[in-house]
Amino acid sequence: MNAPLRNDSATPVTDRVQRRTQVVAELSAVLPKHALLWHTEDTIPYECDGLTAYRQQPLVVALPETEAQVAAVLRTCHRLDVPVVPRGAGTGLSGGALPHRRGVTLSLAKFNKILSLDPHARTARVQCGVRNLAISEAAAPHRLYYAPDPSSQIACTIGGNVAENSGGVHCLKYGLTLHNVLRVKGFLADGEAVDIGSESLDAPGLDLLTVLVGSEGMLAVVTEVTVKLIPMPQEARCIMASFNDIRHAGDAVANVIAAGIIPAGLEMMDKPMTAAVESYVHAGYDLDAAAILLCESDGTPEEVDEEIARMVDVLRSSGANGIQVSENEAQRLKFWSGRKNAFPASGRISPDYMCMDSTIPRKRLADILIAIAQMEKKYGLRCVNVFHAGDGNLHPLILYDANDADQLRRCEQFGADILETSVALGGTVTGEHGVGVEKLMSMCVQFSANEREQMLGVKHAFDPKELLNPGKVIPTLARCAEGGKMHVHRGLLPFADIPRF
Amino acid sequence: MPDTDPALRRLVDQVKSAGTHAETLDIRGGNTKAFYGEKQQGAILDTTGLRGISVYEPTELVITARCGTPLAELEATLAERGQYLPFEPPHFAPGGGTVGGMVAAGLSGPSRAAVGSVRDFVLGATLLNGRGDVLSFGGQVMKNVAGYDVSRLLAGSMGALGVILEVSLKVLPMASASATVRFQIDEATALQRLNEWAGKPLPINASAWWSDTLVVRLRGAFAAVNAAIDALGGDLIEADLGPPFWQGLRDHTDEFFAHAGKAVDGGATLWRLSVPSTTPPLKLHGETLVEWGGAQRWLVSAQAAAQVREAVKLAGGHATIFLGKDKSAGVFAPLAPALMRIHRNLKKSFDPAGVFNPGRLYTGL
Repeated sequence: MNAPLRNDSATPVTDRVQRRTQVVAELSAVLPKHALLWHTEDTIPYECDGLTAYRQQPLVVALPETEAQVAAVLRTCHRLDVPVVPRGAGTGLSGGALPHRRGVTLSLAKFNKILSLDPHARTARVQCGVRNLAISEAAAPHRLYYAPDPSSQIACTIGGNVAENSGGVHCLKYGLTLHNVLRVKGFLADGEAVDIGSESLDAPGLDLLTVLVGSEGMLAVVTEVTVKLIPMPQEARCIMASFNDIRHAGDAVANVIAAGIIPAGLEMMDKPMTAAVESYVHAGYDLDAAAILLCESDGTPEEVDEEIARMVDVLRSSGANGIQVSENEAQRLKFWSGRKNAFPASGRISPDYMCMDSTIPRKRLADILIAIAQMEKKYGLRCVNVFHAGDGNLHPLILYDANDADQLRRCEQFGADILETSVALGGTVTGEHGVGVEKLMSMCVQFSANEREQMLGVKHAFDPKELLNPGKVIPTLARCAEGGKMHVHRGLLPFADIPRF
Repeated sequence: MPDTDPALRRLVDQVKSAGTHAETLDIRGGNTKAFYGEKQQGAILDTTGLRGISVYEPTELVITARCGTPLAELEATLAERGQYLPFEPPHFAPGGGTVGGMVAAGLSGPSRAAVGSVRDFVLGATLLNGRGDVLSFGGQVMKNVAGYDVSRLLAGSMGALGVILEVSLKVLPMASASATVRFQIDEATALQRLNEWAGKPLPINASAWWSDTLVVRLRGAFAAVNAAIDALGGDLIEADLGPPFWQGLRDHTDEFFAHAGKAVDGGATLWRLSVPSTTPPLKLHGETLVEWGGAQRWLVSAQAAAQVREAVKLAGGHATIFLGKDKSAGVFAPLAPALMRIHRNLKKSFDPAGVFNPGRLYTGL
């Protein structure tokens, strides 16, 4: 079973040094000298990912340049029982790439080539280290693009996107990474090559892409990904609507969907978040509004006109007290600028913030906001909120000062409380950032012991020795018991004794 | 409480008993896809007792139903609220077919290339594994990356991993407009056009080519459909003729599949060829119907299985014996050894005693 994360820090230092000497010697046989880092000053940049609250020095960092070298590193580590932590751009927000104290961090940064782009077939075959946005940039001359657009898309890599099943602001209409990836090539923990999926629309046997995508580097090391490219919409326009009651904004989201409209993007910001971003980007947001909704339509110009008119009607009748429709691309981007800069804007109003990522049924948006407002009082910390409202994915940003140990502790409790409340409201602890190490305890709340055991069974089917990114995502029974977390029963839903619709 | 639901209790008891007595079970819903996959084996485990729609919230775009719910009932419930299953699962018998069977078989209809497959619309599932544990994965929300996505793995699993007890599906509102256009062109030209069109922002939702006729269904906003009719050219089919044609194609009751059924009786095989959409016409003997913008090709042929499989593999795809008397070549294309090992390990983990649908997907699973 996976070991609790930090208990191996008890390993005697000399033992670790000996192990490092051995691993370096063995890996030197399969990697060029410059592709191996082990001096502390060289490995420091790898000690954390985008979740900087958790840090760990890796034993060794390997930077292979060819697939044969990746396979050789894996074979060597497998033989020596050394854990391997794959790493892309290190932009992950849940500690998925946090190094293992006794393990090798396998950086795939050198795999940064677009291998082929076929505009006729609308596919791109790229190495895992290619940045998300670089794919769309390469496809742009053909009026095509890669749809999933996580906010880190300028830096994050497609390999990392596959590991996390990344989303973005357009998921409701265009899907997640899983829906936009056709084929993945890589290596199992023992170094054996695997080729999963295909360039046709399905592959024989069990659909292994479903578990591989979103497996946070625990099932295989992905080196090559074939993605779908889709036609760029001819036009996109955005509505900015303000509401003086957060409940009306929540209802508006449900009403848009109920009207049979699937917006290309549907985002919400609460009042404190709006204030923070407005002072940062000056987009002209309504500072008096309790909530702001951004609602986007894309398609042919005729289609967009038709849809925008319907959206405006619904938003008005849902109680919007201010509505602006973008009249050109510059204005549309300006509307979005605040939403896209929510994280840096929060960084300006607080020394640190912790970003949560739960998903709830859309209709519970107002409920969770009210619950979060109460938690602000309970934990004595401020929280600003942005939501992918269209798909119910929340990003509450809890503001704290990491230099104050008590604030960090309260912040962690605040975060766990939001996650548990989300599960109780019928949602999930992570919508798109992944479990990593950050939400291990919350997994005990969401899944029963048997469910976690079955997930570990999936892990073992790919990696029987548990060497790939061990200790992430699925907490052990012991760990859940230690944390004293109670599983919230979900399971087979009872027949609703409440009205069905 | 759901755990005390008598229909669920019966299923759990039967699975536990089979595990204890080293028996095998043939998971059965409507039994409308008995022809599909390898031979059915074992005592029947009837899922039709566990039925009913648990939750349907149109504004959440999610419906949750128990495995034995007739597909027709689920679709009628959605239709009342102007919603539907966009992937158009086939019905192989009137009124028959269950929600559990739909997910387990993983078959999608004409719109698949445009909207996605069954697995793309699965949001969560409750599974009864070989130990008799009732396990829930995924959920009822659009975005969920908590743990491995076991619920989507069940789509197309042919019952190999367990009994799908309940499933949550993403649904969508029906489009406001639809139209069908027709072209008289050969296969190579049709494939060329379909791939060109798919690279443009056109509301193409389904396509079918056979015997030098290409038909294309447009679906979307009125304005978009009207603009596309003008952009594509072709003959606009009368509005009342389009829907029955697409329904027949979806349910395999149209002329091509009726003919295929007779040919199969005479010893031929109906193959489902899944290939990259740009694959040129395959040089195989027999009748071909092309769907999914070129990515799915139905072939009625008496040609040797090995030749069919080889040609399709060379094109980067795989060939399934969809309907045929001779399944000696294996219904599903063989897997690479590394993948087969993962399949065996998964089977062992979900169903250690090998209770469920033995051999229905692959021998030894």
